[in-house]
Amino acid sequence: MLMTCLLPTVHAQSQQTLPDTIAQRVVACTTCHGKEGRASSDGFYPRIAGKPEGYLFNQLTNFRDGRRQYPLMTYLLDHLSDAYLHEIANYFSERHPPYPAPQPGDATPAVLERGRNLVMNGDSSKKVPACIACHGQALTGVTPAVPGLIGLPRDYINSQFGAWRNGVRKAKAPDCMARIAQKLTLEDINAASSWLAAQPVPEGAVPAAATTVKLPLACGSVTE
Amino acid sequence: MKRILLALLLLIIAVPAVIIGTEFIDHDDAPTLPASVNTEQQVARGAYLARAGDCMACHTARGGQPYAGGRAIPTPFGTLYAPNITADKETGLGSWSAKDFWRALHHGKAKDGSFLYPAFPYPNYTKVTREDADALFAYLQTVKPVRQVNQEHALRFPYNYRILLAGWRALYFTPGSYAPEDKQSVEWNRGAYLVQGLGHCSACHTTRNAFGATVDKSDLAGGLIPIMNWYAPSLTSDAEAGLGKWETEHITALLKTGVSPRSTVFGPMAEVVGQSLQHLNDGDIRAMAVYLKSLPQNDPPPALETAQPDKATADRILQTGGKIYEQQCAECHKADGQGMPPAYPPMSGNRALTMGSAVNPIRMVLNGGFPPATGGNPRPYGMPPFGQALNDQEVAAVVSYIRNSWENRAGFVSPQEVNRYRSIPLE
Repeated sequence: MLMTCLLPTVHAQSQQTLPDTIAQRVVACTTCHGKEGRASSDGFYPRIAGKPEGYLFNQLTNFRDGRRQYPLMTYLLDHLSDAYLHEIANYFSERHPPYPAPQPGDATPAVLERGRNLVMNGDSSKKVPACIACHGQALTGVTPAVPGLIGLPRDYINSQFGAWRNGVRKAKAPDCMARIAQKLTLEDINAASSWLAAQPVPEGAVPAAATTVKLPLACGSVTE
Repeated sequence: MKRILLALLLLIIAVPAVIIGTEFIDHDDAPTLPASVNTEQQVARGAYLARAGDCMACHTARGGQPYAGGRAIPTPFGTLYAPNITADKETGLGSWSAKDFWRALHHGKAKDGSFLYPAFPYPNYTKVTREDADALFAYLQTVKPVRQVNQEHALRFPYNYRILLAGWRALYFTPGSYAPEDKQSVEWNRGAYLVQGLGHCSACHTTRNAFGATVDKSDLAGGLIPIMNWYAPSLTSDAEAGLGKWETEHITALLKTGVSPRSTVFGPMAEVVGQSLQHLNDGDIRAMAVYLKSLPQNDPPPALETAQPDKATADRILQTGGKIYEQQCAECHKADGQGMPPAYPPMSGNRALTMGSAVNPIRMVLNGGFPPATGGNPRPYGMPPFGQALNDQEVAAVVSYIRNSWENRAGFVSPQEVNRYRSIPLE
């Protein structure tokens, strides 16, 4: 009864103090993904800040619609609309908090060189294109839907490859990354992820503007 | 002696035979209605009723084609897979007639006469009128046909024998229709028809017995949803979600938008609001609210489920919990527990937090959540998951604090109880 009487006043106060912003609405995201989506310090939750909007939107709907498997993400996004997910994706794509310095790695120079070579040149014997062919010359991604590859922890990259290989992570068909993941050995993957994770991210890095360059293979998530 | 044995044997065979035989007969068939003059109107009505029945939620797999089936429905008896109800001739309902469909809804039987598992809530749908059933069917026949073969149910022995449903039906199912109560208003009767029938609210909000039957189809006295482990609160108890003392406007806000000044929907109810209720017109939502508000509110408050700590321990837990509340919760839900509704629901006096079972508040703290994005609340504010940041003791302390602060008084929560809900499936 008491509460019912208090309600109108409480309601009026809340209107003044509650920020009507998207930032306030998505505090549920930043608890794990870090302030402004800059990633957690433990290397498990990836950075979402500054990734291309289309990429973020694709991942949000992939989780919601069961193409990617992380039960907590699916649970959180289950009842959110495309329009709202676009807004959330747009918000995080426009955050550009500083990147942390790369985590110290234990990879040998030989492994790092093999990784660099794969990233820059691919492996024609396996028909694997270079990472830079799609993810941008600076590896900071390409708008609207290709994510950057630097500024990510090695463990995160490795676990995504693992998920592609065993079909737990999927994208809209044709699923280009799933195909690439099948062609690479675990040594290849570890070499590439070790080198990528060791690269510092230049200040002010943003995804490159979309180009008309044809992708080396068809990707269902980039067609829009 | 021999004669007695023979008689017993006969009984063992004859009784089930009679039960099965009786269940195969459709007793009260409604007359076939003349084909609707205005098909377009009938289809539109059917589309609306499909929303009211939340058909799509079960009959669509995550990320799958609408109504093509395949969603797993976990039950204590095994997993059922919702069938394809698109207009596909071979794998959907394309070869069904309106009469076949009526029989499924009203009698709980498939086209070939076999018994349907009551995960399809025909104990509720049996109350749907023939006219509404025909409209639903007319709509489903317009749904884009999708060729998708139904997945076999994965039920344990003996539940995989459909014929045994004859016994279940004899005990727990009678085909019926909604009988309007003359003393009540047209609005109240409309609400009752929706709540008891297509809305199938009792499918969750009523305790199921060992045979998976809702003990009293319309009592709405609350229950733990098996396997999913969310507690669907009693709608007939002031101590839970009884709505007798709520303003009608708050009930309609909650049902239609997912948020209200009093509380917010989450878990399975977020799905119901998101997929079904938000699409109903204001008149029907109000009718449901009026009916729900009128339900008798006489259930006693539930008994405490776990052993309670002594006074000194309780004080210590509340102190720890209070500190966590101040650090993690108070920014949104406020130190005085008044929250910032409708974005952030109040804690003080919020009965979703103080029910006998603490499973819902524990799961909210562990996993957070978003209310559904609805027409009336398209950009919901979310609650962060705290399962990573807080350990079992801390979650137990803060939930105990919330359950025992301001005007709230409810049982303390143990770390073991919290731990139990860390590993249950989220979907």
